[in-house]
This record gives sequence, C-alpha cells and structure tokens, in this order.
Amino acid sequence: MFKILRDLLRYNIEFAIGFILTLGVFLFALAHFWAPLPDTAIYLLPPDMPPSAEYWFGTTSRGQDVLWQMSAAIWNTMLFGLTVTIVSRLLAVAVGMISGYLGGKWDQVLMTINDTMIALPNLPILLLVYFVMRDSMSWPVLAMTAALLGWNYDARLIRSVTLSLRSREFTRHAVFAGMSVPQILVRQHLPYVMPVIFFTAMNNLIWAIGLEVTLSVLGFSDINRPTIGGMIYWANQHQAIIAGIWWWMAFPIIAVVLLFLGLFLLAISVNEYIDPRSRLSRMGA
Amino acid sequence: MDGFAKYLVRRFFQFFLVIFLGVSLAFLITNLSPVDPVEQSVALMTSFGATDPRSVELMRQALQELYGLQGTILDQYVSFWGRVLRGDFGPSLSAFPTPVMSLIMSALPWTIGLLTLALVLTWTLGNLLGALAGYYRSNLLLKLSGAAIMALHPVPAYIIGLVLLLALGFIWPVLPISGGAQMNLQPGFTFDYIRSLILHGTLPALTLVLVGIGGWFISMRSLVSNIVTDDHVVYAELGGVNSGKIFSQYVARNALLPQLTGLALSLGNVFGGAVITEFLFNYPGVGRLLIQGIYRGDYSLVLGVTTMSIISVAVAVFIIDLLYPLIDPRVRLG
Repeated sequence: MFKILRDLLRYNIEFAIGFILTLGVFLFALAHFWAPLPDTAIYLLPPDMPPSAEYWFGTTSRGQDVLWQMSAAIWNTMLFGLTVTIVSRLLAVAVGMISGYLGGKWDQVLMTINDTMIALPNLPILLLVYFVMRDSMSWPVLAMTAALLGWNYDARLIRSVTLSLRSREFTRHAVFAGMSVPQILVRQHLPYVMPVIFFTAMNNLIWAIGLEVTLSVLGFSDINRPTIGGMIYWANQHQAIIAGIWWWMAFPIIAVVLLFLGLFLLAISVNEYIDPRSRLSRMGA
Repeated sequence: MDGFAKYLVRRFFQFFLVIFLGVSLAFLITNLSPVDPVEQSVALMTSFGATDPRSVELMRQALQELYGLQGTILDQYVSFWGRVLRGDFGPSLSAFPTPVMSLIMSALPWTIGLLTLALVLTWTLGNLLGALAGYYRSNLLLKLSGAAIMALHPVPAYIIGLVLLLALGFIWPVLPISGGAQMNLQPGFTFDYIRSLILHGTLPALTLVLVGIGGWFISMRSLVSNIVTDDHVVYAELGGVNSGKIFSQYVARNALLPQLTGLALSLGNVFGGAVITEFLFNYPGVGRLLIQGIYRGDYSLVLGVTTMSIISVAVAVFIIDLLYPLIDPRVRLG
C-alpha cells in the first residue's frame, strides 16, 4: 500500500498534485476542532471586516470568522460526501456482484431496477424529499436519500467486472472446493473488484459533495450547520457581492474548487494506474 | 427487422417501467413523509391572522379533496394515477387559481429549448475535442484545452454559473444575468426579441456547456485512444488510407456508439444541472418553477413539476434510444 503510494507520488505528477491538494484541504478542515469560537455561534465578532492580520479571510455580515467557518464547513461537507459514498458503495457492490455472479433471473431483475433508477432525474426527487420533510430534514436523512439515488451507474460497472471473473478458472476451483456464494464473492472476487470500487468512490464523492453544495446553496438543508453551500447561501441572503463583502463568497468558492480539483486528479490518476494500457503509454511504449 | 422489433419492445417496456416507478416514487415520498401537506398549507394560510375554526375545517376538507388525500392509501394511489394521466395536478396555491399544469406548460418550452441547445453543443464539442485529443495525442494545443476542460469537469453547475455570473454580469457587465428575454418586448419573430432571447440564454447555456463538456471529453478521449490501437485501424494506416478518413470513418464512428448510450443515461443528471442553472439566472423554466414552489410551500406545484420532469426525462431518454439503431447497424440486424 505504502509502496504504491510512494511510486504514484514519485512518477505520477497528477496524483502528486491531487494528493497534496486533498491532503491540504483535509488538514485545513481538521483544524476546525481547534477553532477559538463555536462554529454555529453568530455575532461574536465585528461584522464585515475585510481580510486582515487578525481575521485572515475577513468576517461575515453575521459576525463570524470566514477562516474558521470555512474550516468547519469543509469538514461537514466532506463528512456528508463520505457518508453518501460509503453507503452507496455498499449498495453498488452488493447489487453489482450479485447480479454479475448469479446471472439469470437475478441479473435481469436487478439490472432492470438499476436501469430504471438511472433514468430517473435525481435532483427533483431529492428536492421533493426535502419539500415533504421540511424541518425534520437533517443531513443524515439527506445523505441516505442521496446514497439511495447514487449507486446505480457504478453497480453496472461492478457487474461487468464480476461477469468476467465468473468464467475464470479460479472461480470454478472455488466452487469445486465447496465455497459458498458469499465466500466466493467476498474472498475470491472482491479483491479484483476493489480497484473499481476505489475509482468509482472518488467520482461518487465528487458527485455527493456537488450535490450537498447545490442543495445547501438553495437553503435546502440544515442552514445553521456550516457547510460550503450554506456559506454561499448566507452570503446571498446578505447580498454580500452587492455590499462588496467579496471575501465571504470568494474564499469558500476557491476552497471547494481546490477540493474538487484534488479529488478529481486523484480519481483520474488512480484510474490510469488501474488500467495497464495507459500505464504503458506513460512509460513511452 | 426482427432484431429491431425486439429492441423496440425492450425499450418500450423500460420506458413504461421508468414512468411507473418514478410516479409511484413521487407518490410514496409525499405519502410516507411525516409532514401532512394539508396541515402545512392550512398553517401557512392561517398564520397571517385569526381565522374562525369553521372555515379552517372547510379549508381542510377542500384541500384534502384537492390533493386526493381521502380514503385508503390504495384509493389515493389510484386517484393520483388518474390525475397524472389526465395531466391535472389541481390549482397552484401560490398562483391561485392558475392550474399547475398551465404553469408547467408555459415553463416547459424554455427548459426544453435551453437544454436541447446546451446538450447538442456540449455533446458535439466534447466528443469532437475528445476524439481529436485521443487521436492526435502529441498536439500541444489539444493537450492544453484538454487540461482546461478537465479542470472544469468536477465543479458543480452552481459554482460555475455563479463565477460566470459574477465575471460577465457584475465585474464586466456584458450580458444580462436574469430572465429569459427582455421584459418590455413582445414575444414574436422580431429581430429585437430573438436577439434578446439569445443574449439572455447565453450565460445559462454557457454554464451548462462548461459543466457537461468535460465528461464527454474524457470518455471520448479514452475510447478513441483504445480504438487507435485496434487491428482495423493499424491495418488501414499500413494500407495508406489518409488520416482524415481513418479518424472519421474508422475511429470516431465506432467511439460514438457508447457516447450515445451515455447521452441517454446522463439526461437525468443534466436536468438536475438545468434546474439549478435556471434558478441562478432566474430563467423562466421548469427548474425555477420547482424551486419557487418549494420556497412558497406550494404542494401541488412541487408534486406536479417533479412528476412531469420524471416523465419528460423518460420521454427524452426513449427518443434517444430510438435513434440508436440508426447509428448502430448491429441493433437493426439483431
């Protein structure tokens, strides 16, 4: 594991940049545990202060320090994204592997459901869920809903990998050795599926974070809990741009773009690492 | 012909299943929620002053009838389907007494126009650039534009739209940032109106193009760079077929097939991006309608728009699926 990481950092410039960006943003988010003020408190500082030595990124019209708000916001946004990713990966792996390995009726039923879910527009459904839940909406509920909508594309990908594994020699050996279906799937096939899971997880994380930003920008989440989208929501509510409080808007946007860029670079370089053909072309073959 | 018919039947089945499941889902979400839409609407209306209890009770009954919330859950489900099939979602509460359906119908052309334009541009440009970048791997210009496109790819629509809005509408105000066309112009085929339509549509369309183009670029480039090493391409190169022909006939054509499937699969997501873009630029489409409905607590409007957008996306996916056999002869022949 560490050797792979070291090699990737040394030979793959995209991975190195992505790794440093993501790590930097993560450490910045981690810092909110040592924040001097509680992150949900408002009007504790002089409002609308421009960036200065005392307040590096300025303060908001709600009397909050933009720096510490951002730190907590990125943490909450990443927490949401990771929750969605982990739950939707579990679903995608379960559906994809069962569908690919069992085949036949199982495959047909599961893939029909899968293809149907792909064709449904996610955002209107999420908005409908928010609309009917209203004040009883919390971020875990939102994360679960997003996870239920976000697994289908990758389940197909995992299915195709399992499908090719099923006809391999070692699968037949495992069956003859008396391994049960769950044992074969987990002990024999899962290691081969792992790279695909990892690659799709990155893309799913980007999708989930984008979703969180979108929904909370509209105010469709717990608006008192700091998130990146929530900061932009409050900045819009106070018309920060027209009032000239640009730092309230600019820094969260820069932070989230850096995070997206970092995750995306990680995703494509990991994908390239998994695909031996592109690895060869990098070596100049 | 046999293969084509089989393909059609399968797609048709899928199409109905999507609509059936989508509409059922919309019904389930609204019914299983802990919040009672009738009570919420009553609370909204009585919050502005004291209303006498008898008229509140009357209102409650009227609303229950309006939303089809009487009887068992099965009765409600059947009556909901009846309303969907008749295209009757009742009057909008925030724009009383305009029917929800006429609000949707006046917003739909805007969304369809914006989305179609943006999708065609995104898909064509993304695939063309991606194919060129995959075929001419060492071209510096293509590499640079590829890097720029890929950097934009992971950023969500709202952020890209917001940055464009600030840059081109605020810091350097060259484009209108709100609405679908200039308010004081009479809609029609006049030069002024069309010019205003195009100007107002530029920023939303540009946002959608910038958001979507990266995905097509990336997948097309990797498809093409795989096909380039295929035997039939190598053979054509050795046989001295000119490179323009190899590119268009041998490589790009094959690579376009999965991209068309991708287009059908991505529609749901693209629609989500359009919702947010319309809201940001105050564009008079269905997305803005939906978000306004949520802000105003307009139950029938939100349910109507959600259901209609599920159906519209399914129809669009189905149309693309019908185009597929025209490009892929294997489906036609079975």
